[in-house]
Amino acid sequence: MKSNRRHWKSSTCFFLESSLFSKKSASFVAISRFKCFGIKRNAKGLSNKNTRTLNLFFHFGRYLIFIKNMFARPEKLSMYWKETTRQMIDIGIGSLVIIGLVSVFIGAVTAIQFAYQLGGSSIPKYYIGYIVRDIMIIELAPTFTCLALAGKVGSNIAAELGGMRQKEQIDALEVMGVDTTAYLVLPKIIAAVTVIPMLVVVSAFMGMAGGYVACTVGNLVSDAEFMQGLRVFFDPYNIWMMQIKAVVFAFLLTSISCYQGFFVTGGSIELGRASTSAVVISNILILLADYILALLLT
Amino acid sequence: MIRIENIKKQFGDQKVLKGVTTVFEEGKTNLIIGKSGAGKTVMLKILVGLIHPTSGKVWYGDTDFTALNTKERKAIRSEMGMLFQGSALFDSMTVEENVRFPLDMFTAMTRAEKERKVNETLDRVELTGSNNKYPSEVSGGMQKRVGIARAIILDPKFLFCDEPNSGLDPTTSMRIDELIRNITMENKITTVINTHDMNSVMEIGDNINLLHLGELAWVGNRHEVIDSDNKLLQDFIFASPFLQRLRDAAIKK
Repeated sequence: MKSNRRHWKSSTCFFLESSLFSKKSASFVAISRFKCFGIKRNAKGLSNKNTRTLNLFFHFGRYLIFIKNMFARPEKLSMYWKETTRQMIDIGIGSLVIIGLVSVFIGAVTAIQFAYQLGGSSIPKYYIGYIVRDIMIIELAPTFTCLALAGKVGSNIAAELGGMRQKEQIDALEVMGVDTTAYLVLPKIIAAVTVIPMLVVVSAFMGMAGGYVACTVGNLVSDAEFMQGLRVFFDPYNIWMMQIKAVVFAFLLTSISCYQGFFVTGGSIELGRASTSAVVISNILILLADYILALLLT
Repeated sequence: MIRIENIKKQFGDQKVLKGVTTVFEEGKTNLIIGKSGAGKTVMLKILVGLIHPTSGKVWYGDTDFTALNTKERKAIRSEMGMLFQGSALFDSMTVEENVRFPLDMFTAMTRAEKERKVNETLDRVELTGSNNKYPSEVSGGMQKRVGIARAIILDPKFLFCDEPNSGLDPTTSMRIDELIRNITMENKITTVINTHDMNSVMEIGDNINLLHLGELAWVGNRHEVIDSDNKLLQDFIFASPFLQRLRDAAIKK
């Protein structure tokens, strides 16, 4: 009986919450009912859940407009090119060491773990090289590189744009007549979708190198067997998959970080929050996109 | 000339501007003065299009600026220069690169022409030889002058200054005022300055607009300030006992 009542309550709540978006009269009824059920509401009469939903729609809509505005006609192409090359150097050269280091260890750990799993089985040992190669190309190089870059580049972008907003530098550009979304965001995105796929290739190679070193130094598999593994069953389609993932993830992490930084209001606490949000949201969406791309591409 | 007509601005329930109508004249230093929270910065940002008014119009000559979209505004914005309260210089660029930025972005000048123009402008704001310094390496007053140089490098028709004297010592502050006044008179431009610096009011106030709680409380020039019987103006300008004594002495004389 009790569970039936609870079910009735929750389904009525759901209906009333939906009606908030349909008609004014319905929303009035809904708000009154919310009072009966003792659901916490804000000043506008919306439940916290509805406020969160509205916020989500607001940010999604603003993000789409933000992306649309980015594709404006440049005031001067040479200035955009200069900014794009600066960003390419920042993202590419600036991230090379950390990406290389992360990839070597990921490759090494993958090789050691797989060798451990193979222990005592009849699967040929050269499979370690084969697995390290494919797992780096298909999954670990694009995903780990972009997750690491979301932390390094994403937070940097959000802090840079947020700082510019707070110091009125974005306003100064706007008063000059510069299309701020295009000038500040487009070069970053072009740079990222150009340079990050290159970093991902480097990451894949470094991962394989890490696996090779771990296997040979630890005597898990012979030098020749690992090299044989790297060469067998190679499917060039996997390289396409890696590059498609890299471009999508690069776009996501850059555009989200730019969005978070561009609309910062308030002081240093809000700037810190924006920087954190840029990393967290980018990471979540990269993982979600990874899942969707895995379904679509395999 | 800039004319604003019944400008209202509301943020949520808070009415910041309650129907302000005034004119900012060409070749004059037009001041917007008032206490903190009077709506000065909002008014200046509405003038340059950084904030949209809730209602009312801003006219640049015969053009209704508020009716234009972002692309159409670019034509008028190419005739604007603005000095921000914190100077808003780009940290990663040197003084020269900051000043040259509008030339790089909007003109097809050669490198030599740009260099000549930048050096001329830096001379004019008394910053000769500071080309290769970064904003963090120069003083607050110098940063303001770099901001002015960047604002005037494209020879604008309209110059906007948001609290140009804030954070400066009285001597530097007077030099900045003098510089803005000279630029205004020599180039015959319309300058709008948002300030609560009393020296500026008495030295360069050709057309003073006093804002009080979002409404225009008084309009006049610096010569009319002392004789005005507007209590809000008197309370604001001569807030300290020292200034009150000076005013009384001036009246007796």
